[in-house]
Amino acid sequence: MEVTKVTNATRNFKIGELETHALRGVNLSVNTGEFTALVGPSGSGKTTLLQLIGLLDLPTSGQVFINGREATGLSRDQRADLRKQTIGFIFQFFALIPTLTAYENVELPLLLNGIKPAERHSRVSAMIEAVGLSDRSHHRPDQLSGGEQQRIAVARALSIKPSLVLADEPTANLDTENGKQVMDIMQKLNRETGVTFIFATHDPRVIKYAQRVVTLRDGMIVDDNGKSK
Amino acid sequence: MNQLFKMAFRDLGRNKRRSSLSALAVAIGTTLLLFIASVLRGEMRGALQNSIRLQSGHLQLRAISYDESKDSLAWEDLIENPDQVVDQLHSLAQIESATPRLVASGILSLGDQSRGMRIVGLDPLAEPNQVFRSGILDGEFLDQEDHEGILIGKPMAEKFGLKPGDQVNLLVNTSDGTVDEQLFTIRGIYSTRTPYFDDSTVFMSLIKAQTITRTENHASLIFILLQDQDQSEAVAAALARSNYQVKTWQQLNELNTQFEDFANSFMYIFYLIVLGITATVVTNTLVMAVYERTREIGILSALGMKARRIMSQFLTEAFLLATFGVIGGLILGLLITAWVARVGFHIPAMTAYSGILLGERIYPFLVASDVIGLTLAAYIITLLASMYPATLAARMEPVEALHG
Repeated sequence: MEVTKVTNATRNFKIGELETHALRGVNLSVNTGEFTALVGPSGSGKTTLLQLIGLLDLPTSGQVFINGREATGLSRDQRADLRKQTIGFIFQFFALIPTLTAYENVELPLLLNGIKPAERHSRVSAMIEAVGLSDRSHHRPDQLSGGEQQRIAVARALSIKPSLVLADEPTANLDTENGKQVMDIMQKLNRETGVTFIFATHDPRVIKYAQRVVTLRDGMIVDDNGKSK
Repeated sequence: MNQLFKMAFRDLGRNKRRSSLSALAVAIGTTLLLFIASVLRGEMRGALQNSIRLQSGHLQLRAISYDESKDSLAWEDLIENPDQVVDQLHSLAQIESATPRLVASGILSLGDQSRGMRIVGLDPLAEPNQVFRSGILDGEFLDQEDHEGILIGKPMAEKFGLKPGDQVNLLVNTSDGTVDEQLFTIRGIYSTRTPYFDDSTVFMSLIKAQTITRTENHASLIFILLQDQDQSEAVAAALARSNYQVKTWQQLNELNTQFEDFANSFMYIFYLIVLGITATVVTNTLVMAVYERTREIGILSALGMKARRIMSQFLTEAFLLATFGVIGGLILGLLITAWVARVGFHIPAMTAYSGILLGERIYPFLVASDVIGLTLAAYIITLLASMYPATLAARMEPVEALHG
């Protein structure tokens, strides 16, 4: 089943008189349970494509579907609702809220989804355990290492039981060991829960985890080793 | 809701010094508002009490044709046989005391110095006049049969270098439109702690005043104090059928009311300035917080937090700032006002205002409506001041916010 589909998506940015074409007619379809890497050099459009799929941005033209629902015509609030229910995010920087503990960071999307306290507690505890940080759950982000923070970010992304997790260069700010740990966890969760992962990277050590590798260059998909039919 | 407050509380704790200074700005603003309002109230309340105590009473009875602005002494403008009228008035239960007074204008001179004065003839034994007896600083009070003595106020005595026993010349208007002149001995120096009144009023016995003004057995007015000043309208209505005009303390102190209205409208400008400064500090704090947390706003937005909820987050921070600030300001304002109300303070320039009987010292006085109104104003202004930064945060596009 198709979790997301992007058709003929373009995205232009205008800076002063200069217009840059970040995406030039991208078509991509990703099915449930895929572990897909978007690869390509800097400026190839990986992050822009992730942002369109994540409904954080809108294409200049073209369409984006999430679970079969066309999303570009939705209002800002409707897109926010769709995001909070179906999409988990992992960012390159360790995007935790610094005033909340690890536990509270994982809990936050569940609160936004109105999940009841008992279920919230069991889900948060399970996710933190799944990323191996049960003993660190009441620490604030500044008391955690970069690797630990990113693992908490993974737990947060997965806590809502999303259809899709989007990760933008998730290991870029981690050393090899921590990067491997994070990718191992993402892969494990993908296999255990069947949740779809799409991650942007240009790190060969990360690319080797992917079942499917989509290569972008100059805003276009130039290679796709597992194109969905 | 809990989460909102928890996050807001912790966000304020990130930069404790900045948050504390912002709350302090709200607190100082609230304190200033309360203090200034209490000073104005205290000043006007004091002036009114002075006027009632010294000059207007709760009620005044006058001849129908009496014109206060002219200090008229023509017999037809005066009350005849005032003692009889006073006796009749005392039969009314609501009246605590009543006494006749004769008011004339004159000129006091000593050597080559002279001053226009208001001359008040009073019954030295009457209860309402004991306020002047107790205000004697030097010398003695008047005697009922005193035909030579006068009392002058402390400022006047200091300006002319006069002491009890000294003699001054007094030129007084009379009932037939001429003037009479006589040398008087200063019996005593008084102070009512009301500089304008003390500087411009000379007292002599009613009998002497009637003699020198040739108004025998007449008085300008009957000064009446009531058991309860709120009964002034009712008693005035009861006396309305008499052959006299009845003035209530509200009518007699219209200048006070006008001055208070004027001072109030002036104070609104001051209030706006204080609230404006407070609002600027709060806005500045929250705008800085928004820019510092731009990336976090992006993260929250990515997690699905709606613009309205992001806005609520900053409004809640402002709410907490306002709560801490206003409560602090309320406590500080009440403490300062209570302390100053006990000791009072002196504003030299204000005592020079003529017509309003401002006391030597101002004793701030807080009324509930001021406390509630100004505290609410500080609260609302602080919340309004946070609307701009909260809107700024809510309007951020997630993608741009994520880039910080």
